[in-house]
Amino acid sequence: MNGVIDLHLWQMAAAYVFVLILLIIVKLKRISREKEILISSVRMTLQLILTGYILVYIFDNPSPLFTIIILVAMEGFSIFNIIKRTKGKLPSKLKVIIAASMITGTVSCLFYFVFVLINISRWYDPQYFIPIAGMLIGNSMTGISLGVSQLTEGMQSRKDLIEGALMLGATPKSASKQIIDNAFDSAILPTINSMLGMGIVFLPGMMTGQILSGVSPLTAIEYQIAIMLGILGSVALTVIMFLQLGYKCFFNTQKQLINLSSLRKK
Amino acid sequence: MFVIKNMRYKDILEIDYLSIEKNKITCIVGESGSGKTTLLRLLNKMISCESGEIFYNGENIDTVDSVEIRRQITMLPQVPTVFPGTIRENLLIGLKFAEKPMVDDEKLHEILATVNLEKYPDTESDDLSGGEKQRLALGRVILLDPEVFLLDEPSSALDDETEKIVIEKIVSYTKATDKTLIMVTHSKSIAREYSEKIIEISKGRIVSPKEVFV
Repeated sequence: MNGVIDLHLWQMAAAYVFVLILLIIVKLKRISREKEILISSVRMTLQLILTGYILVYIFDNPSPLFTIIILVAMEGFSIFNIIKRTKGKLPSKLKVIIAASMITGTVSCLFYFVFVLINISRWYDPQYFIPIAGMLIGNSMTGISLGVSQLTEGMQSRKDLIEGALMLGATPKSASKQIIDNAFDSAILPTINSMLGMGIVFLPGMMTGQILSGVSPLTAIEYQIAIMLGILGSVALTVIMFLQLGYKCFFNTQKQLINLSSLRKK
Repeated sequence: MFVIKNMRYKDILEIDYLSIEKNKITCIVGESGSGKTTLLRLLNKMISCESGEIFYNGENIDTVDSVEIRRQITMLPQVPTVFPGTIRENLLIGLKFAEKPMVDDEKLHEILATVNLEKYPDTESDDLSGGEKQRLALGRVILLDPEVFLLDEPSSALDDETEKIVIEKIVSYTKATDKTLIMVTHSKSIAREYSEKIIEISKGRIVSPKEVFV
C-alpha cells in the first residue's frame, strides 16, 4: 500500500470552500443559519486541532493515567450532552440513571473489546483504547439521547393509557411496556440502519481513515466489523439498562404516575 | 368495607368520616368538580390522601401494595381507555395486566352481551363510537371480576335507552355475583332507582350520605 499523503496548509484551507458554498446558499435562500454554520465549523476545527496535539502527546507518552483521564472526560462530556440536549426538566434520579447506564454499558463493552477482541498487550495503549472508546461512547450517547427523549415524551403523551392500565391492575412495568419498547426501537434503529447501509451506501469513518492511512482494506474491514458489533452491543446495553431503570422514575413508591407537568419546562 | 377518617386531598376533597358497605350499590352524586372522581381515584389508589386514613376491609390501604388493591378494586375512568387493536385484544389486555388467566371467545361474547355491545371480537376498536368504546371499557372491567367496581360515569356517552339497559345489567351482575359497586353518576334518577346508598358531594365535602332501602 502507498503511504499516506500529507495535506498542506493550503489544501486544508481549500476544504473550507464547502463551508463557503453553504454560507452563500443559506444567504441566498434567506435561511438564518449562518451563525450556527460558522460557529460549528470554527469549533470543529479548534477542537480537532487541540485533540490532535493532545493525542500526539499521549501517544508519545502512553500511560494508564492519561488513558483513564481521557476516558473520564469522554464519559463526562457525553453524559452532560445527553442531559443538556433533552427537552424539559429531568427528574434528578433519571440523571443518575443516565450516567450509571452510560458508564456501565460503555466501559464493560470497551474492556471486552480491548481484552478479548483485539487482546492488546497494554490495555491502556492509547492508539487503540482512545479511538475505540470514542466510537462506543459517541454512539451510545446518541442512543441514550433518543431513548431519553422517547421515554419522557411517551410518558407525557400517553399518560391516559398508562393510567388506564394501572387502574386495571397493571404493574408500572407492564403499563409502560409499549413506551419502553418504542424508546428502545428509536434508540437502536440508527445503529441498525447504519449497519444495513455499510459497505454499499457508504464506507464507515474508521475504515475510510484506516484505508487513507495505508492499511489494507481487508484489515480495515476486520476492524470495522468488530467495532460495529461492539457499537451495537454498547448501544443496546446502555439503552436497555437506562430504560429498565429509567421508567421507574415516573412512578412513586405507591406505584402512582408522578405529576408529569413539572417535567415539561426547564 | 371502606372506612374513610379525617381524610384530606389538597383543596379538592375533605372527608371527616365515610363508610361504604360491602355487597351494596353505592352512587356518588354531586355537581361537576365537586370531588367525585377524586374519591374514586383515592379508593383505587391512583392517588393518595395527604392526611387521614382510608381503610379497606379493616386495613389501611397505604400499607397494602397498590397493584394488589387495584386488582381487587378496579376503576373504570369516565373517558374510556381504548388500547390500539381489536375488541378481543382490548378485552384480553385487562386480564394480561392483572395477570389473570385468558378466556375463550364464548366468554368474550357473554361479556359483550352483558354490556349490550353487539359487535364481533375481531372488530377494530378504532371503528367504535364513543358510547361503544365506553361499553367496551366497561366489559373489560367486568371480565376482570374484581371485588369492587369503581365506575366513573359509566353511561355518560350513552343514550337514555342504552343507559338504562347497561346500568340494569351491571347492577344485576353485581348483585348476582355478590360484588360491590360504587358508581359516580350525573343522573339523580339512576342513583335513586338503583342505589342502596347515595353519597352526595358538594365543593369537596360530603353533604349527605343517605341509606336507601330497596
